[in-house]
Amino acid sequence: MQLLPLKDAIAAHVRDGASVALEGFTHLIPFAAGHEIIRQGRRDLHLIRMTPDLIYDQLIGMGCASHLTFSWGGNPGVGSLHRLRDAVEHDWPRPLALTEYTHAELALAYQAGASGMSCGLMRHHADTDLDLLTVAHRRTLPCPFTGQQLTAVAAVRPDVTILHAQQIDAEGNVLIRGIVGAAREAALAAERVLVTVEERVARLAADMNALVLPAWLITAASVVPGGAYPSYAQGYYARDNRFYLAWDEIARERAAFSEWMARHVLAAADHAALLRTLGVAA
Amino acid sequence: MSARAPGYTPDEIMTVTAARQLRNGAVCFVGIGLPSAACNLARLTHAPDLVLIYESGTVGTKPKVLPLSIGDGELAETATAVVPLPEIFAHYLQRGRVDVGFLGAAQIDRYGNLNSTVIGDYAHPRVRLPGGGGAPEIAGFAREVLIIMKQTPRSFVPRLDFRTSCGYLSGAGERRARGCPGAGPRAVITDFGVLRPSARSEELELVALYPGVSAAAARAATGWPLAVAERLEMLPAPQAAELETLRQLEERTREAQARPIRIALPAAR
Repeated sequence: MQLLPLKDAIAAHVRDGASVALEGFTHLIPFAAGHEIIRQGRRDLHLIRMTPDLIYDQLIGMGCASHLTFSWGGNPGVGSLHRLRDAVEHDWPRPLALTEYTHAELALAYQAGASGMSCGLMRHHADTDLDLLTVAHRRTLPCPFTGQQLTAVAAVRPDVTILHAQQIDAEGNVLIRGIVGAAREAALAAERVLVTVEERVARLAADMNALVLPAWLITAASVVPGGAYPSYAQGYYARDNRFYLAWDEIARERAAFSEWMARHVLAAADHAALLRTLGVAA
Repeated sequence: MSARAPGYTPDEIMTVTAARQLRNGAVCFVGIGLPSAACNLARLTHAPDLVLIYESGTVGTKPKVLPLSIGDGELAETATAVVPLPEIFAHYLQRGRVDVGFLGAAQIDRYGNLNSTVIGDYAHPRVRLPGGGGAPEIAGFAREVLIIMKQTPRSFVPRLDFRTSCGYLSGAGERRARGCPGAGPRAVITDFGVLRPSARSEELELVALYPGVSAAAARAATGWPLAVAERLEMLPAPQAAELETLRQLEERTREAQARPIRIALPAAR
Protein backbone atom coordinates (compact mmCIF):
# COMPACT_ATOMS: atom_id res chain seq x y z
CA MET A 1 0.00 0.00 0.00
CA GLN A 2 1.26 3.40 -1.03
CA LEU A 3 -0.20 6.53 0.55
CA LEU A 4 -0.48 9.05 -2.30
CA PRO A 5 -2.22 12.31 -3.06
CA LEU A 6 -5.38 11.40 -5.02
CA LYS A 7 -4.11 13.21 -8.11
CA ASP A 8 -1.00 11.00 -8.19
CA ALA A 9 -2.92 7.79 -7.45
CA ILE A 10 -5.28 8.37 -10.39
CA ALA A 11 -2.44 9.45 -12.70
CA ALA A 12 -0.43 6.33 -11.87
CA HIS A 13 -3.17 3.69 -11.89
CA VAL A 14 -6.11 4.72 -14.09
CA ARG A 15 -5.08 4.57 -17.74
CA ASP A 16 -7.07 5.39 -20.88
CA GLY A 17 -8.98 2.30 -22.02
CA ALA A 18 -8.91 0.63 -18.59
CA SER A 19 -11.87 -1.18 -17.01
CA VAL A 20 -12.62 0.67 -13.81
CA ALA A 21 -15.15 -0.10 -11.07
CA LEU A 22 -15.96 2.72 -8.65
CA GLU A 23 -18.08 0.78 -6.17
CA GLY A 24 -20.13 1.62 -3.10
CA PHE A 25 -23.87 0.90 -3.08
CA THR A 26 -25.51 4.33 -2.62
CA HIS A 27 -23.18 4.69 0.38
CA LEU A 28 -19.42 5.50 0.13
CA ILE A 29 -19.48 6.29 -3.59
CA PRO A 30 -15.98 7.55 -4.50
CA PHE A 31 -17.03 10.90 -5.97
CA ALA A 32 -13.67 12.61 -5.35
CA ALA A 33 -11.85 9.90 -7.29
CA GLY A 34 -14.37 10.10 -10.14
CA HIS A 35 -13.94 13.86 -10.34
CA GLU A 36 -10.17 13.48 -10.47
CA ILE A 37 -10.55 11.03 -13.40
CA ILE A 38 -12.64 13.69 -15.16
CA ARG A 39 -10.07 16.43 -14.42
CA GLN A 40 -7.29 14.28 -15.85
CA GLY A 41 -9.34 13.76 -19.03
CA ARG A 42 -9.31 9.95 -19.17
CA ARG A 43 -10.88 8.46 -22.31
CA ASP A 44 -12.32 5.13 -23.47
CA LEU A 45 -12.85 3.80 -19.97
CA HIS A 46 -14.95 0.69 -19.48
CA LEU A 47 -16.89 1.78 -16.41
CA ILE A 48 -18.32 -0.92 -14.15
CA ARG A 49 -20.74 -0.23 -11.32
CA MET A 50 -23.95 -1.80 -10.02
CA THR A 51 -25.71 1.57 -9.80
CA PRO A 52 -23.98 4.14 -12.06
CA ASP A 53 -25.41 6.97 -9.90
CA LEU A 54 -24.48 10.64 -10.44
CA ILE A 55 -20.73 10.00 -10.60
CA TYR A 56 -21.06 7.87 -13.75
CA ASP A 57 -23.61 10.31 -15.19
CA GLN A 58 -20.81 12.88 -14.85
CA LEU A 59 -18.04 10.64 -16.25
CA ILE A 60 -20.24 9.61 -19.20
CA GLY A 61 -21.41 13.17 -19.89
CA MET A 62 -17.79 14.38 -19.86
CA GLY A 63 -16.85 11.80 -22.51
CA CYS A 64 -14.60 9.60 -20.33
CA ALA A 65 -16.33 6.29 -21.09
CA SER A 66 -17.04 4.10 -24.12
CA HIS A 67 -18.51 1.10 -22.29
CA LEU A 68 -20.71 0.69 -19.23
CA THR A 69 -21.34 -2.51 -17.27
CA PHE A 70 -24.17 -1.99 -14.78
CA SER A 71 -27.35 -3.34 -13.21
CA TRP A 72 -29.48 -0.25 -12.40
CA GLY A 73 -28.88 3.12 -14.03
CA GLY A 74 -31.15 5.71 -12.44
CA ASN A 75 -31.01 8.60 -9.97
CA PRO A 76 -32.34 6.70 -6.92
CA GLY A 77 -35.77 7.93 -5.86
CA VAL A 78 -35.58 10.82 -8.36
CA GLY A 79 -35.71 9.43 -11.90
CA SER A 80 -33.39 9.20 -14.89
CA LEU A 81 -29.68 9.77 -15.23
CA HIS A 82 -30.02 12.23 -18.11
CA ARG A 83 -26.41 12.04 -19.30
CA LEU A 84 -26.50 8.23 -19.35
CA ARG A 85 -29.75 8.40 -21.29
CA ASP A 86 -28.36 10.95 -23.76
CA ALA A 87 -25.33 8.72 -24.42
CA VAL A 88 -27.48 5.62 -24.99
CA GLU A 89 -30.29 7.33 -26.90
CA HIS A 90 -28.27 9.89 -28.94
CA ASP A 91 -24.59 8.86 -28.69
CA TRP A 92 -23.77 12.16 -26.89
CA PRO A 93 -21.01 13.04 -26.32
CA ARG A 94 -19.99 9.64 -27.75
CA PRO A 95 -21.50 6.18 -28.17
CA LEU A 96 -21.70 4.03 -25.05
CA ALA A 97 -21.76 0.23 -25.28
CA LEU A 98 -23.82 -1.43 -22.53
CA THR A 99 -23.34 -4.69 -20.69
CA GLU A 100 -26.38 -5.17 -18.51
CA TYR A 101 -26.87 -7.43 -15.50
CA THR A 102 -29.35 -7.62 -12.65
CA HIS A 103 -28.10 -6.72 -9.16
CA ALA A 104 -27.90 -10.35 -8.06
CA GLU A 105 -25.98 -11.25 -11.21
CA LEU A 106 -23.43 -8.45 -11.04
CA ALA A 107 -22.82 -9.09 -7.34
CA LEU A 108 -22.26 -12.74 -8.26
CA ALA A 109 -19.99 -11.75 -11.17
CA TYR A 110 -17.77 -9.76 -8.78
CA GLN A 111 -17.81 -12.65 -6.32
CA ALA A 112 -16.68 -15.01 -9.09
CA GLY A 113 -13.94 -12.57 -10.08
CA ALA A 114 -12.85 -12.27 -6.46
CA SER A 115 -12.75 -16.08 -6.13
CA GLY A 116 -10.70 -16.79 -9.24
CA MET A 117 -13.70 -18.44 -10.91
CA SER A 118 -14.65 -17.98 -14.57
CA CYS A 119 -18.31 -17.70 -13.60
CA GLY A 120 -20.74 -17.73 -10.70
CA LEU A 121 -23.89 -19.83 -10.39
CA MET A 122 -27.37 -18.97 -9.24
CA ARG A 123 -30.82 -20.55 -9.43
CA HIS A 124 -32.59 -19.80 -12.68
CA HIS A 125 -35.65 -17.82 -11.62
CA ALA A 126 -37.52 -16.62 -14.65
CA ASP A 127 -37.61 -16.21 -18.37
CA THR A 128 -37.14 -12.58 -19.32
CA ASP A 129 -35.89 -10.65 -22.33
CA LEU A 130 -32.57 -10.32 -20.50
CA ASP A 131 -32.03 -13.98 -21.51
CA LEU A 132 -31.98 -12.94 -25.17
CA LEU A 133 -29.65 -9.96 -25.03
CA THR A 134 -27.05 -11.10 -22.53
CA VAL A 135 -25.94 -14.48 -23.92
CA ALA A 136 -22.32 -13.29 -23.97
CA HIS A 137 -22.11 -13.18 -20.18
CA ARG A 138 -25.15 -15.09 -18.90
CA ARG A 139 -26.30 -18.63 -19.82
CA THR A 140 -28.53 -21.28 -18.33
CA LEU A 141 -27.36 -24.83 -17.76
CA PRO A 142 -28.57 -27.86 -15.81
CA CYS A 143 -27.12 -28.61 -12.37
CA PRO A 144 -24.81 -31.65 -12.70
CA PHE A 145 -26.27 -33.11 -9.48
CA THR A 146 -29.99 -32.44 -9.64
CA GLY A 147 -30.73 -31.33 -13.19
CA GLN A 148 -32.25 -28.11 -11.81
CA GLN A 149 -31.90 -25.12 -14.17
CA LEU A 150 -29.07 -22.78 -13.13
CA THR A 151 -27.88 -19.44 -14.48
CA ALA A 152 -24.14 -19.01 -14.98
CA VAL A 153 -22.85 -15.44 -14.93
CA ALA A 154 -19.39 -14.67 -16.33
CA ALA A 155 -16.89 -13.27 -13.81
CA VAL A 156 -16.13 -9.54 -13.77
CA ARG A 157 -12.50 -8.60 -13.15
CA PRO A 158 -11.88 -4.85 -13.32
CA ASP A 159 -8.37 -3.55 -14.06
CA VAL A 160 -8.91 -1.12 -11.20
CA THR A 161 -11.50 -0.98 -8.42
CA ILE A 162 -11.81 2.30 -6.53
CA LEU A 163 -13.54 2.48 -3.14
CA HIS A 164 -14.19 5.16 -0.57
CA ALA A 165 -13.94 4.08 3.08
CA GLN A 166 -14.07 5.56 6.56
CA GLN A 167 -10.61 4.89 7.98
CA ILE A 168 -7.08 3.79 7.22
CA ASP A 169 -4.67 2.89 10.01
CA ALA A 170 -0.94 3.49 10.35
CA GLU A 171 -0.18 0.23 8.52
CA GLY A 172 -2.57 0.99 5.68
CA ASN A 173 -5.44 -1.37 6.59
CA VAL A 174 -8.82 0.03 5.56
CA LEU A 175 -12.18 -0.12 7.40
CA ILE A 176 -15.56 0.04 5.64
CA ARG A 177 -18.71 0.16 7.75
CA GLY A 178 -22.42 0.64 7.09
CA ILE A 179 -24.02 -0.40 3.80
CA VAL A 180 -21.17 -2.21 2.03
CA GLY A 181 -22.89 -3.34 -1.17
CA ALA A 182 -20.49 -5.44 -3.22
CA ALA A 183 -17.48 -3.23 -2.45
CA ARG A 184 -15.38 -6.04 -0.96
CA GLU A 185 -16.11 -8.40 -3.87
CA ALA A 186 -15.36 -5.68 -6.45
CA ALA A 187 -12.06 -4.88 -4.73
CA LEU A 188 -10.95 -8.51 -4.49
CA ALA A 189 -11.91 -9.11 -8.14
CA ALA A 190 -9.66 -6.30 -9.42
CA GLU A 191 -6.02 -6.20 -10.55
CA ARG A 192 -5.43 -3.00 -8.57
CA VAL A 193 -7.32 -1.41 -5.71
CA LEU A 194 -7.37 2.31 -5.01
CA VAL A 195 -8.99 3.64 -1.86
CA THR A 196 -9.90 7.09 -0.64
CA VAL A 197 -10.63 7.46 3.08
CA GLU A 198 -12.20 10.00 5.41
CA GLU A 199 -9.33 9.90 7.90
CA ARG A 200 -6.10 8.29 8.96
CA VAL A 201 -6.15 6.87 12.48
CA ALA A 202 -3.71 5.06 14.73
CA ARG A 203 -6.13 2.14 15.21
CA LEU A 204 -9.29 1.24 13.23
CA ALA A 205 -12.62 1.39 15.10
CA ALA A 206 -13.22 -2.18 13.91
CA ASP A 207 -14.96 -5.01 15.73
CA MET A 208 -13.64 -8.51 15.10
CA ASN A 209 -15.87 -9.29 12.10
CA ALA A 210 -15.79 -5.82 10.59
CA LEU A 211 -15.08 -5.36 6.91
CA VAL A 212 -11.36 -4.60 6.86
CA LEU A 213 -9.26 -4.70 3.70
CA PRO A 214 -5.67 -5.59 4.67
CA ALA A 215 -3.00 -3.12 3.52
CA TRP A 216 -1.32 -5.68 1.25
CA LEU A 217 -4.48 -5.96 -0.91
CA ILE A 218 -4.47 -2.22 -1.58
CA THR A 219 -2.40 -0.63 -4.33
CA ALA A 220 -2.70 2.98 -3.21
CA ALA A 221 -4.71 5.03 -0.73
CA SER A 222 -5.45 8.73 -0.40
CA VAL A 223 -6.90 10.67 2.51
CA VAL A 224 -9.83 12.69 1.10
CA PRO A 225 -12.27 14.00 3.74
CA GLY A 226 -15.77 14.29 2.28
CA GLY A 227 -14.62 12.11 -0.63
CA ALA A 228 -18.02 10.45 -1.00
CA TYR A 229 -20.06 13.66 -1.12
CA PRO A 230 -22.92 13.97 -2.30
CA SER A 231 -23.12 10.28 -1.37
CA TYR A 232 -22.29 9.70 2.28
CA ALA A 233 -19.96 8.15 4.81
CA GLN A 234 -21.75 6.53 7.76
CA GLY A 235 -20.54 8.12 10.97
CA TYR A 236 -19.14 11.19 9.15
CA TYR A 237 -21.86 12.89 7.07
CA ALA A 238 -25.27 12.06 5.58
CA ARG A 239 -26.31 11.65 1.95
CA ASP A 240 -27.14 15.03 0.42
CA ASN A 241 -30.58 14.11 -0.89
CA ARG A 242 -31.12 17.77 -1.85
CA PHE A 243 -28.18 17.52 -4.26
CA TYR A 244 -29.55 14.30 -5.77
CA LEU A 245 -32.90 16.07 -6.32
CA ALA A 246 -31.15 19.15 -7.79
CA TRP A 247 -29.03 17.01 -10.15
CA ASP A 248 -32.16 16.13 -12.13
CA GLU A 249 -32.33 19.75 -13.33
CA ILE A 250 -28.55 20.33 -13.61
CA ALA A 251 -28.02 17.31 -15.87
CA ARG A 252 -31.20 17.52 -17.97
CA GLU A 253 -29.71 19.71 -20.74
CA ARG A 254 -26.25 19.35 -22.28
CA ALA A 255 -25.25 23.02 -22.00
CA ALA A 256 -26.27 23.42 -18.36
CA PHE A 257 -24.54 20.17 -17.46
CA SER A 258 -21.29 21.12 -19.25
CA GLU A 259 -21.30 24.54 -17.66
CA TRP A 260 -21.88 23.10 -14.16
CA MET A 261 -19.06 20.58 -14.60
CA ALA A 262 -16.66 23.26 -15.89
CA ARG A 263 -17.49 25.65 -13.08
CA HIS A 264 -17.50 23.16 -10.23
CA VAL A 265 -15.44 20.09 -11.08
CA LEU A 266 -12.91 21.25 -13.68
CA ALA A 267 -12.25 24.63 -12.03
CA ALA A 268 -11.68 23.10 -8.58
CA ALA A 269 -8.09 22.12 -7.85
CA ASP A 270 -9.23 19.27 -5.62
CA HIS A 271 -12.18 17.85 -3.71
CA ALA A 272 -11.85 20.24 -0.77
CA ALA A 273 -12.05 23.19 -3.19
CA LEU A 274 -15.17 21.64 -4.77
CA LEU A 275 -16.83 21.23 -1.35
CA ARG A 276 -16.04 24.87 -0.57
CA THR A 277 -17.57 26.17 -3.82
CA LEU A 278 -20.68 24.08 -3.18
CA GLY A 279 -20.99 25.61 0.29
CA VAL A 280 -20.79 22.19 1.94
CA ALA A 281 -17.46 22.62 3.75
CA ALA A 282 -17.84 23.63 7.37
CA MET B 1 -64.08 11.64 -9.57
CA SER B 2 -67.05 13.07 -7.71
CA ALA B 3 -67.51 16.81 -7.48
CA ARG B 4 -67.07 16.73 -3.70
CA ALA B 5 -63.45 16.44 -2.60
CA PRO B 6 -63.11 13.21 -0.59
CA GLY B 7 -60.57 14.45 1.99
CA TYR B 8 -57.70 12.38 0.62
CA THR B 9 -55.72 12.34 -2.63
CA PRO B 10 -55.60 9.50 -5.19
CA ASP B 11 -51.98 8.90 -4.14
CA GLU B 12 -53.00 8.61 -0.50
CA ILE B 13 -55.75 6.05 -1.01
CA MET B 14 -53.43 4.07 -3.30
CA THR B 15 -50.69 3.99 -0.64
CA VAL B 16 -53.14 3.13 2.15
CA THR B 17 -54.74 0.36 0.08
CA ALA B 18 -51.31 -1.05 -0.78
CA ALA B 19 -50.27 -0.97 2.89
CA ARG B 20 -53.39 -2.97 3.83
CA GLN B 21 -52.23 -5.82 1.56
CA LEU B 22 -49.31 -6.55 3.92
CA ARG B 23 -49.88 -8.90 6.85
CA ASN B 24 -48.16 -8.38 10.17
CA GLY B 25 -45.01 -10.50 10.54
CA ALA B 26 -44.41 -10.96 6.82
CA VAL B 27 -40.89 -10.58 5.40
CA CYS B 28 -41.07 -7.99 2.64
CA PHE B 29 -38.45 -7.03 0.03
CA VAL B 30 -39.13 -3.35 -0.67
CA GLY B 31 -38.72 -1.41 -3.92
CA ILE B 32 -38.07 2.33 -3.75
CA GLY B 33 -40.77 5.02 -4.17
CA LEU B 34 -44.43 4.07 -3.79
CA PRO B 35 -43.65 0.55 -2.45
CA SER B 36 -41.42 2.03 0.26
CA ALA B 37 -44.12 4.47 1.41
CA ALA B 38 -46.75 1.68 1.52
CA CYS B 39 -44.50 -0.76 3.41
CA ASN B 40 -43.54 1.80 6.05
CA LEU B 41 -47.14 2.93 6.46
CA ALA B 42 -48.11 -0.72 7.08
CA ARG B 43 -45.31 -1.05 9.65
CA LEU B 44 -46.45 2.12 11.44
CA THR B 45 -50.15 1.07 11.51
CA HIS B 46 -51.50 -2.50 11.47
CA ALA B 47 -48.25 -4.44 10.88
CA PRO B 48 -45.63 -3.41 13.49
CA ASP B 49 -43.76 -6.72 13.07
CA LEU B 50 -43.44 -6.45 9.30
CA VAL B 51 -39.80 -7.24 8.42
CA LEU B 52 -38.60 -4.82 5.75
CA ILE B 53 -35.60 -5.69 3.58
CA TYR B 54 -34.09 -3.22 1.12
CA GLU B 55 -31.70 -4.41 -1.58
CA SER B 56 -28.88 -2.38 -0.01
CA GLY B 57 -28.60 -5.23 2.51
CA THR B 58 -30.56 -3.58 5.31
CA VAL B 59 -32.61 -6.27 7.08
CA GLY B 60 -35.47 -5.51 9.48
CA THR B 61 -35.11 -1.78 9.01
CA LYS B 62 -37.48 0.69 10.74
CA PRO B 63 -36.82 4.10 9.17
CA LYS B 64 -38.40 7.12 10.86
CA VAL B 65 -38.37 9.00 7.54
CA LEU B 66 -38.82 7.62 4.02
CA PRO B 67 -35.46 7.08 2.33
CA LEU B 68 -34.91 8.80 -1.03
CA SER B 69 -32.65 5.96 -2.19
CA ILE B 70 -32.67 2.28 -1.24
CA GLY B 71 -29.43 2.90 0.65
CA ASP B 72 -29.91 6.02 2.80
CA GLY B 73 -28.06 5.99 6.14
CA GLU B 74 -31.41 5.99 7.95
CA LEU B 75 -32.02 2.43 6.68
CA ALA B 76 -28.68 1.17 8.01
CA GLU B 77 -28.98 2.96 11.36
CA THR B 78 -32.42 1.46 12.11
CA ALA B 79 -31.75 -2.07 10.76
CA THR B 80 -31.45 -5.32 12.69
CA ALA B 81 -28.56 -6.27 10.43
CA VAL B 82 -26.70 -4.77 7.48
CA VAL B 83 -25.36 -7.52 5.21
CA PRO B 84 -23.26 -7.46 2.01
CA LEU B 85 -25.19 -7.30 -1.22
CA PRO B 86 -24.36 -10.79 -2.55
CA GLU B 87 -25.76 -12.14 0.73
CA ILE B 88 -29.08 -10.31 0.60
CA PHE B 89 -29.78 -11.73 -2.85
CA ALA B 90 -28.43 -15.25 -2.26
CA HIS B 91 -29.10 -16.06 1.42
CA TYR B 92 -32.35 -14.14 1.85
CA LEU B 93 -34.09 -13.81 -1.52
CA GLN B 94 -32.85 -16.80 -3.56
CA ARG B 95 -33.04 -19.11 -0.52
CA GLY B 96 -36.79 -18.39 -0.31
CA ARG B 97 -36.85 -16.33 2.89
CA VAL B 98 -38.89 -13.45 1.43
CA ASP B 99 -42.69 -13.65 1.67
CA VAL B 100 -43.59 -10.59 -0.38
CA GLY B 101 -41.74 -8.64 -3.04
CA PHE B 102 -43.14 -5.13 -3.54
CA LEU B 103 -42.42 -3.60 -6.94
CA GLY B 104 -43.23 -0.74 -9.30
CA ALA B 105 -42.32 -0.44 -12.99
CA ALA B 106 -42.70 1.72 -16.10
CA GLN B 107 -44.90 -0.77 -17.98
CA ILE B 108 -47.08 -3.75 -17.04
CA ASP B 109 -49.01 -6.13 -19.28
CA ARG B 110 -52.20 -8.11 -18.66
CA TYR B 111 -50.25 -11.00 -17.10
CA GLY B 112 -48.38 -8.81 -14.63
CA ASN B 113 -45.05 -8.95 -16.50
CA LEU B 114 -43.03 -5.77 -15.93
CA ASN B 115 -40.76 -3.53 -18.00
CA SER B 116 -38.22 -1.23 -16.38
CA THR B 117 -35.53 -1.47 -19.10
CA VAL B 118 -36.40 0.44 -22.31
CA ILE B 119 -39.24 2.08 -24.23
CA GLY B 120 -38.72 1.21 -27.89
CA ASP B 121 -36.08 -1.11 -29.28
CA TYR B 122 -33.30 -2.26 -26.90
CA ALA B 123 -30.43 -1.31 -29.23
CA HIS B 124 -31.94 2.08 -30.16
CA PRO B 125 -34.33 2.94 -27.36
CA ARG B 126 -36.67 5.91 -27.43
CA VAL B 127 -36.34 6.05 -23.64
CA ARG B 128 -33.59 4.28 -21.76
CA LEU B 129 -35.07 3.37 -18.34
CA PRO B 130 -32.88 2.49 -15.32
CA GLY B 131 -33.04 -1.29 -15.88
CA GLY B 132 -33.73 -4.35 -13.81
CA GLY B 133 -31.76 -3.75 -10.61
CA GLY B 134 -33.12 -6.16 -8.05
CA ALA B 135 -36.56 -6.49 -9.64
CA PRO B 136 -36.08 -9.59 -11.87
CA GLU B 137 -34.95 -11.72 -8.92
CA ILE B 138 -37.52 -10.24 -6.54
CA ALA B 139 -40.26 -11.04 -9.08
CA GLY B 140 -38.88 -14.56 -9.49
CA PHE B 141 -37.99 -15.61 -5.95
CA ALA B 142 -40.36 -13.81 -3.55
CA ARG B 143 -43.19 -16.16 -2.48
CA GLU B 144 -45.60 -13.62 -3.92
CA VAL B 145 -45.42 -10.16 -5.46
CA LEU B 146 -47.38 -6.96 -4.96
CA ILE B 147 -47.19 -4.28 -7.64
CA ILE B 148 -48.08 -0.62 -7.20
CA MET B 149 -48.40 1.57 -10.30
CA LYS B 150 -50.44 4.49 -11.54
CA GLN B 151 -52.83 3.29 -14.21
CA THR B 152 -52.51 4.98 -17.63
CA PRO B 153 -52.74 3.62 -21.19
CA ARG B 154 -49.00 4.33 -21.54
CA SER B 155 -48.06 2.20 -18.53
CA PHE B 156 -50.73 -0.53 -18.75
CA VAL B 157 -49.86 -1.78 -22.22
CA PRO B 158 -51.04 -4.60 -24.49
CA ARG B 159 -47.42 -5.54 -25.23
CA LEU B 160 -44.30 -4.70 -23.23
CA ASP B 161 -41.38 -3.14 -25.09
CA PHE B 162 -39.12 -5.33 -22.94
CA ARG B 163 -39.90 -7.99 -20.35
CA THR B 164 -37.58 -7.19 -17.43
CA SER B 165 -39.38 -9.08 -14.65
CA CYS B 166 -41.73 -12.05 -14.83
CA GLY B 167 -45.35 -12.01 -13.91
CA TYR B 168 -47.37 -14.93 -15.30
CA LEU B 169 -45.55 -14.87 -18.70
CA SER B 170 -48.37 -15.79 -21.14
CA GLY B 171 -50.72 -16.90 -18.38
CA ALA B 172 -52.63 -20.18 -17.89
CA GLY B 173 -49.90 -21.74 -15.74
CA GLU B 174 -46.87 -20.95 -17.92
CA ARG B 175 -44.95 -19.41 -15.02
CA ARG B 176 -45.41 -22.50 -12.87
CA ALA B 177 -44.65 -24.84 -15.76
CA ARG B 178 -41.32 -23.10 -16.33
CA GLY B 179 -40.28 -23.73 -12.75
CA CYS B 180 -40.31 -20.15 -11.53
CA PRO B 181 -39.85 -20.43 -7.72
CA GLY B 182 -42.30 -17.73 -6.50
CA ALA B 183 -46.07 -17.74 -7.09
CA GLY B 184 -46.16 -14.42 -8.98
CA PRO B 185 -48.17 -11.20 -8.59
CA ARG B 186 -51.00 -11.43 -6.03
CA ALA B 187 -52.34 -7.92 -6.65
CA VAL B 188 -51.71 -4.75 -8.60
CA ILE B 189 -52.67 -1.63 -6.66
CA THR B 190 -53.37 1.41 -8.85
CA ASP B 191 -54.85 4.89 -8.42
CA PHE B 192 -58.23 3.44 -9.51
CA GLY B 193 -58.41 0.28 -7.41
CA VAL B 194 -57.01 -3.25 -7.28
CA LEU B 195 -56.40 -5.83 -10.03
CA ARG B 196 -55.84 -9.51 -9.30
CA PRO B 197 -54.97 -12.47 -11.54
CA SER B 198 -58.04 -14.53 -12.44
CA ALA B 199 -57.81 -18.15 -11.35
CA ARG B 200 -57.36 -20.03 -14.63
CA SER B 201 -56.08 -17.61 -17.27
CA GLU B 202 -53.97 -15.63 -14.76
CA GLU B 203 -54.97 -12.48 -16.65
CA LEU B 204 -55.30 -9.41 -14.44
CA GLU B 205 -58.87 -8.53 -13.62
CA LEU B 206 -60.25 -5.40 -11.96
CA VAL B 207 -61.69 -6.66 -8.66
CA ALA B 208 -62.03 -3.52 -6.51
CA LEU B 209 -62.51 0.23 -6.92
CA TYR B 210 -62.04 3.27 -4.71
CA PRO B 211 -65.11 5.28 -3.69
CA GLY B 212 -66.27 7.55 -6.52
CA VAL B 213 -64.22 5.76 -9.21
CA SER B 214 -65.97 3.92 -12.07
CA ALA B 215 -64.98 0.71 -13.82
CA ALA B 216 -65.35 2.57 -17.12
CA ALA B 217 -62.70 5.09 -16.03
CA ALA B 218 -60.34 2.27 -15.01
CA ARG B 219 -60.90 0.55 -18.35
CA ALA B 220 -60.20 3.81 -20.20
CA ALA B 221 -56.88 4.09 -18.33
CA THR B 222 -55.80 0.62 -19.49
CA GLY B 223 -54.13 -0.13 -22.81
CA TRP B 224 -55.84 -3.52 -23.23
CA PRO B 225 -59.53 -4.47 -22.81
CA LEU B 226 -59.41 -4.78 -19.03
CA ALA B 227 -61.47 -7.66 -17.62
CA VAL B 228 -63.81 -6.65 -14.81
CA ALA B 229 -64.88 -9.05 -12.06
CA GLU B 230 -68.56 -9.93 -11.90
CA ARG B 231 -68.78 -8.72 -8.32
CA LEU B 232 -66.76 -5.51 -7.92
CA GLU B 233 -65.69 -4.71 -4.38
CA MET B 234 -65.88 -1.09 -3.16
CA LEU B 235 -62.69 -0.35 -1.24
CA PRO B 236 -63.03 1.57 2.04
CA ALA B 237 -61.73 5.14 2.23
CA PRO B 238 -58.55 5.63 4.31
CA GLN B 239 -59.16 5.88 8.04
CA ALA B 240 -58.20 9.09 9.82
CA ALA B 241 -55.37 7.33 11.69
CA GLU B 242 -53.90 5.93 8.47
CA LEU B 243 -53.99 9.34 6.78
CA GLU B 244 -52.47 11.05 9.78
CA THR B 245 -49.63 8.50 10.02
CA LEU B 246 -48.91 8.79 6.28
CA ARG B 247 -48.94 12.59 6.32
CA GLN B 248 -46.69 12.75 9.38
CA LEU B 249 -44.28 10.31 7.73
CA GLU B 250 -44.19 12.47 4.60
CA GLU B 251 -43.76 15.64 6.66
CA ARG B 252 -40.81 14.13 8.58
CA THR B 253 -39.34 13.04 5.24
CA ARG B 254 -39.61 16.56 3.80
CA GLU B 255 -37.95 18.05 6.88
CA ALA B 256 -35.11 15.53 6.77
CA GLN B 257 -34.51 16.12 3.05
CA ALA B 258 -34.36 19.88 3.53
CA ARG B 259 -31.59 19.61 6.14
CA PRO B 260 -28.33 20.98 4.69
CA ILE B 261 -25.26 18.74 4.75
CA ARG B 262 -22.08 20.18 6.28
CA ILE B 263 -18.74 18.41 6.13
CA ALA B 264 -15.93 19.43 8.48
CA LEU B 265 -12.69 19.73 6.53
CA PRO B 266 -9.29 19.96 8.14
CA ALA B 267 -7.90 23.52 7.92
CA ALA B 268 -6.20 24.22 4.57
CA ARG B 269 -2.46 23.85 4.79
